[in-house]
Amino acid sequence: MGKTFQKPLALADTITHYCPGCTHGVIHRLVAEVIDELGVRGRTVGIAPVGCAVLAYNYFTFDFQEAAHGRAPAMATGIKRVRPDLIVFTYQGDGDLASIGMGEIIHAANRGEKFTTIFVNNAVYGMTGGQMAPTTMPNQRTTTSPFGRNVDDVGMPIKVAELIAALQTPAYVVREAVITPKNILKAKKAMKKAFEYQVAGRCYSFVELVSTCPTNWGLTPVDAVKWAQNTMLPYYPLGELKTPEGKPAPGAEH
Amino acid sequence: MAKVLMKGNEAIGEAAIRAGCLNYFAYPITPQSEVAEYLSKRMPEVGGVFLQGESEVAVSYMIFGAAAAGARVFTTSSSPGISLMSEAISYIAGAQCPAVFVNIMRGGPGLGGILPSQADYLQATKGGGHGDYRMLVMAPASVQEAVEMVMQAFPLAEKYRNPVMILGDGLIGQMMEPVEFPDNLKTEPSNKNDWATNGMDTRGSQTRNLVKSLYLDPEVLNKHNLTLKAKYDRMKREEIRFEAHNTDGDYQALIVSYGTMSRVCRTAIDLLKDQGIEVGMIRPQTLFPYPEQAVLEAASKASCKAVASIEMNMGQMVEDIERSVRGRRPVSWFGKCGGEVPTPEEVLEVVKGLIG
Amino acid sequence: MGYRHTINAERCKGCGLCVSICPKKVLEISDQVNTKGYFPAYQARPADCVFCALCCVMCPDVAISIVELADSDHKA
Repeated sequence: MGKTFQKPLALADTITHYCPGCTHGVIHRLVAEVIDELGVRGRTVGIAPVGCAVLAYNYFTFDFQEAAHGRAPAMATGIKRVRPDLIVFTYQGDGDLASIGMGEIIHAANRGEKFTTIFVNNAVYGMTGGQMAPTTMPNQRTTTSPFGRNVDDVGMPIKVAELIAALQTPAYVVREAVITPKNILKAKKAMKKAFEYQVAGRCYSFVELVSTCPTNWGLTPVDAVKWAQNTMLPYYPLGELKTPEGKPAPGAEH
Repeated sequence: MAKVLMKGNEAIGEAAIRAGCLNYFAYPITPQSEVAEYLSKRMPEVGGVFLQGESEVAVSYMIFGAAAAGARVFTTSSSPGISLMSEAISYIAGAQCPAVFVNIMRGGPGLGGILPSQADYLQATKGGGHGDYRMLVMAPASVQEAVEMVMQAFPLAEKYRNPVMILGDGLIGQMMEPVEFPDNLKTEPSNKNDWATNGMDTRGSQTRNLVKSLYLDPEVLNKHNLTLKAKYDRMKREEIRFEAHNTDGDYQALIVSYGTMSRVCRTAIDLLKDQGIEVGMIRPQTLFPYPEQAVLEAASKASCKAVASIEMNMGQMVEDIERSVRGRRPVSWFGKCGGEVPTPEEVLEVVKGLIG
Repeated sequence: MGYRHTINAERCKGCGLCVSICPKKVLEISDQVNTKGYFPAYQARPADCVFCALCCVMCPDVAISIVELADSDHKA
């Protein structure tokens, strides 16, 4: 039979501004569920990005800071260094984390700052109207790559989780997707594990989530899921890339 | 209390600790890297936080995050680094968080030079970042004064919930002078539970705090800016500080000068006295808020023929002096910008030329 | 013990993801617009619902909830 399902306490009642079918809503809910299950709402501080999730703080019921574009990992570093007991996470999109914020995320991860990053990868800049992102797929049309991403001109999409996992400092690095109920449940497990590492004060944790952007992809939410499955998942493999205990054995998670 | 001979940069670092600020994030840049080097050893001794970030940009946001979480925190940098931090300073002011920034100025613009200058006056006082914000800006003229201003900066930043800047120059950072650390300037951090994201459990509250600077509704943003402006107006009423030198009697010219440049001017004034020429000086100690009334009154003395701004830049303070003086006296400028410090003899010749 | 499946029509943005993933084809998009201008999802065949909660997991807007009913509720 089934199970009960209710809105988590850490999630506010406010109806979100996100587009119909936008997986930000799913990810917000997973974060809130994990915060509730770990019982840390009273000492959690979230850091909102600049991007569609700039107003993320309206949807959670715990302390929040609003970061400048790309700088959330630096702000998280500041908070965590002065208050190591607070549970801190950054919530960032493609532009925020993989473009302007690339320096901050690499260095925070490399220093092993003990906060958690939720990276929403939807291969496009949502808030500003659908421009190309460092994670945009080859030949994908966006408002600044109207003829499709030309990899001879601007290079291949960046696999951020692999970049973070390549650093020598121990960390928990994982990529999941939030586009079907099955992978949403896996994503939640990964997210919970990430936050558990933080609660234990163990290491930096990075959770990349393959997500959809129906509006800027010009697809219905249902078709956007199909596009993500067919185009993004083959390029952005899912699973644990690294745990603080060492790299997982091949075939370990998926 | 014991006097210690200390390098300015190190004294500034120590001053922050004596003020109860145990959190420092910074990036090396000449001529202030010694602050980070000193605190990298000293902060662990006092159980404080020291972190060298990967860039001034990153450091300025570490400052923002820590300040927003309720910690007393500061950083030091020099001109190009302060440019990089200017965006964060705007954010911190917009989000109404307290933080202390120290700029040990060097020659500019661009990469410029590593020798002292006062070339960031406009950046500090008129805003280097975007939007309607100001910083309370203090300019020390000695290592001792730098220590006192750093210690005063933290309660001031908390009083106004605003960034405060100490505008020093490479001379302040590099020279060694005797220093006493006053006990009576140490203050406890203010209660920040009203606004800081220090965790609901810490506050014993079910209401969360949000630190942000985004206000999409134009009426709300306007109201927010009026709130900020009210703070800056209050600074103008309550925080102006200056020193008047040789202004009691009659004098033929008025020098306006701040920081280490003012010490050279003092010597020039002594040399002029020996020649029978009286010159007065107003030394602003706060550059924002600016001691307009003091400059106006001093310039308006009947015997005073001219006002001279003597600064190590291309005349950045002239406009503030002209505004203060309201056309009653001619205002001229003398300075050097490459890292050279004007000599007392050079200042003497310039002032004599103004008097005629 | 029974369960009650509720879709909050005012939260729903009619994205259709729940409709596409329901294993029992219970859900459809309604033709009754909500106050935000969306056409929300609804249970077209509620009797087929097995309360698997996959729709709840999929929904980006937390528009769907399932609660356990007390025995008396179920009998009534």
